Amino acid sequence: MRPHDLSRRELLALATPGLFVFFPLEPLEAFQEPARLPGRQAGPTDFNAWLRIGENGRVTCFAGKVELGQGPTTALAQLLAEELDVAYDAVDMVLGDTDLCPYDMGTFGSMGIRLTGPLIRAAAAEARAVLVQMAAERLAAPAGRLQVKAGVVTDPSSAGKRVTYAELVQGKRIERHIEKVPLKPPAAFTVVGRPAVRKDARDKVTGKGKYAGDFAFPGMLHARILRPPAHGAALQEVDTTAAEKAGARVVRDGGLLAILHERRDLADRALGLVKARFTPPPPGPDDKTIFDHLLKTAPEPRLVGESGSLTEGAKLAHEVVEQTYLNSYVAHAPMETHSATAVIENGKATVWASTQAPFGVKQQVAQALGFTPPNVRIVAPYVGGGFGGKSGGQQAVEAARLAAATGQPVQVVWDRTEEFFFDTFRPAAVVKIRAGLTSAGRIAFWDYQVYGAGDREAHTFYDIPHRRTVSAGNWMGGNPPGMHPFGVGPWRAPSVNTNTFARESQMDILAAKAGVDPLEFRLAHLSDRRMRRVLEAAAKQFGWVPGKPAGKPPSGRGVGVACGIYSGTYVATMAEVVVPSTGRVQVKRVVTAQDQGLTVNPDGSRQQMEGSITMGLGQALGEEVRFRNGEVLDRNFDSYQVPRFSWVPRIETILIDNPDTPATGCGEPPIITVAAVIANAIYDAANIRLLQLPMTPARILEARKRG
Amino acid sequence: MERTIQFTLNGQPARVTVDDGRMLLWVLRQDLGLTGTKFGCGEGLCGACTVMVGKEAVRSCSTPVKDVAGKQVLTIEGLEREGKLHPIQQAFLKHHAFQCGYCTPGMILSAYALLLKTPRPAPAEILRHMDDNLCRCGAHVRIVEAIQEAAGVLKGGV
Ligand code: FES
Ligand code: FES
Repeated sequence: MRPHDLSRRELLALATPGLFVFFPLEPLEAFQEPARLPGRQAGPTDFNAWLRIGENGRVTCFAGKVELGQGPTTALAQLLAEELDVAYDAVDMVLGDTDLCPYDMGTFGSMGIRLTGPLIRAAAAEARAVLVQMAAERLAAPAGRLQVKAGVVTDPSSAGKRVTYAELVQGKRIERHIEKVPLKPPAAFTVVGRPAVRKDARDKVTGKGKYAGDFAFPGMLHARILRPPAHGAALQEVDTTAAEKAGARVVRDGGLLAILHERRDLADRALGLVKARFTPPPPGPDDKTIFDHLLKTAPEPRLVGESGSLTEGAKLAHEVVEQTYLNSYVAHAPMETHSATAVIENGKATVWASTQAPFGVKQQVAQALGFTPPNVRIVAPYVGGGFGGKSGGQQAVEAARLAAATGQPVQVVWDRTEEFFFDTFRPAAVVKIRAGLTSAGRIAFWDYQVYGAGDREAHTFYDIPHRRTVSAGNWMGGNPPGMHPFGVGPWRAPSVNTNTFARESQMDILAAKAGVDPLEFRLAHLSDRRMRRVLEAAAKQFGWVPGKPAGKPPSGRGVGVACGIYSGTYVATMAEVVVPSTGRVQVKRVVTAQDQGLTVNPDGSRQQMEGSITMGLGQALGEEVRFRNGEVLDRNFDSYQVPRFSWVPRIETILIDNPDTPATGCGEPPIITVAAVIANAIYDAANIRLLQLPMTPARILEARKRG
Repeated sequence: MERTIQFTLNGQPARVTVDDGRMLLWVLRQDLGLTGTKFGCGEGLCGACTVMVGKEAVRSCSTPVKDVAGKQVLTIEGLEREGKLHPIQQAFLKHHAFQCGYCTPGMILSAYALLLKTPRPAPAEILRHMDDNLCRCGAHVRIVEAIQEAAGVLKGGV
């Protein structure tokens, strides 16, 4: 019998102590987050799925979103309170529970408010209309005359005539429906658009809020999984005798070899006692050769957008600037590593998992266990950061499989090395831009090619008569095998980070060539009103003035500008930097103006903007995953440089008032301009142009030497 | 070596019989059920596991439990008094000095240690003291504001 003919049960039976030869039955990639998630389903149309009014008058709102820190618990509660006319404090949120909440694709792409918001608003507005109708019958008054405040319906023309939502509903389901109820106009808002105390605040400052690794059950085992030292390395031989002597259990289930113990730290210790031999990984690129590798392995470029003709444009050009921009793989590195706790009882599996997509994980777990989906419940409790890196739930599958194998509750919490190893990185990428200037300082043509990152916002929004954009390879998967030597996936504002860095750096180079102030140069190529408005707002707050003489860059002051669009949100950023002789760039000040349409929670939005800007400092100045032949060399925070307190500048955020445009999301957009604005400010300070991210001290010093 | 270790935990006597080389983080989280102290890196590099031992903030992931025998240990669970938040917690709440909240207990305990020694820290001192506490969500600006506010409220009486 060949090993892969064995059923799982038979394999488990093989798990006797001692030395054995191991045949992995699953490709190692099976550990990785899936690049793509199951397709979208529509939200339910019955408002009862979204909200319930309790006998005590409290309103519970159910949404499949996850609280990763971006505050949907708060913003969705505000939207519900607004349309239903109940007090914000009377709303309780239940998020991310697949048994209780309506289906949701996942919490990513700044879609929380953009997509779920309207569904909740519509549900609440309809529920309110039904409740008012019921109240009208109860109070024998025309519905049009009634008023609602904080869940109490009153008849202003007859004192004392009042009934509460709780009295009307009496804890029951509301069976009545009204079609097409209009939403409140923004001018009538009293909750939305104002600050609110975050619903998760108290849980988080007291340490009471539970994350997936904080759940514990009697008999629970902590699992550590034997991992290969490099991507592409296969396990050949393993000896678990010493681990078992130390009191650990060993389980093999398909390609999974786990060491389990009642105490996590003792499971760690036992894993350290396992002797394993792996085949060396096949040779592959490293962090220096990766860019050539990407160009060589990329698929045929695909046309993203085109207008005019590059040949015509070239005829108009008086000067041509051709540059190549590079960025490395970066990790999500959430402070909470992938965690899950699985319990299987009476044929039903419940898994608490740190994931951005509980409904997707439900499918994954059901499939892995051979359970029907109704017999799987995924709960995403508080999640300690995601940024796109928790779009799947491989750790939940691991915990569930091990719970099935042992018959006991199992917890899997990846250690930091696993987190770096199995992360789906922001892809390394190469962007080539050729652009021409006319003798009058206008951009004549723009030829843009992006490899590896994806095409979002790749086609420029500047007014350029002749332009063409092509893209090869993506963060979403579907790349030729081996193009990216690791799993890649969405990383805060996927592909737009890369494209904005390249475009806005090139714009700055062109401005300098034209001898024009970089803000003025951008405005001269912009007719988009919203983009002009964010640039002007940022300039006003920043106090932007053209440098001397006559605005010819670089000015020596260390100031820069960059702008961009992400999923309909407009961002303009200005920054001031200092470039000391050590090459360690210090960002002094960042001003970001953002037009995100309707703002539900201004303080929450500012908080997201600050966070996004701060995170952006990392990929601009320090973050880079180094690797060689499938081995990830950065495995913890000693060498992988995420932003720290000492890096953080003064941050000023401006929200453009635009309530009549639907909300477009605020958590991702501000990050897109950060690397470019710093690169441009470095140029302005030191007359050096950095074309590769991150702009580490070593690269700054090298650029200085080149002059 | 398995032995009984006694210390004061959040003002109450605590006693565990464990392998005394085990790290305090895991004894707190698993043997004592206090999960407010978080695991982030396991190597003393992120600060998520910060607790107070005596007058010092320590990384509990790298502190063997034998080192706290006879000492006072304070975790995030011990800051609230009779349902009232500690002024540092109150300031974090007011400024929304967190997003995902995973770094927050460690941030609050580090701030506690700072204000114990330096009741009125200058902004540069806050940055220096907090620099090894990592926050991936980028709540830094607000954490600094919260610490400044708490310093003003506490006036040295941590
Ligand atoms: S978990 Fe202890 S410092 Fe990171
Ligand atoms: S709030 Fe998420 S890591 Fe600090």
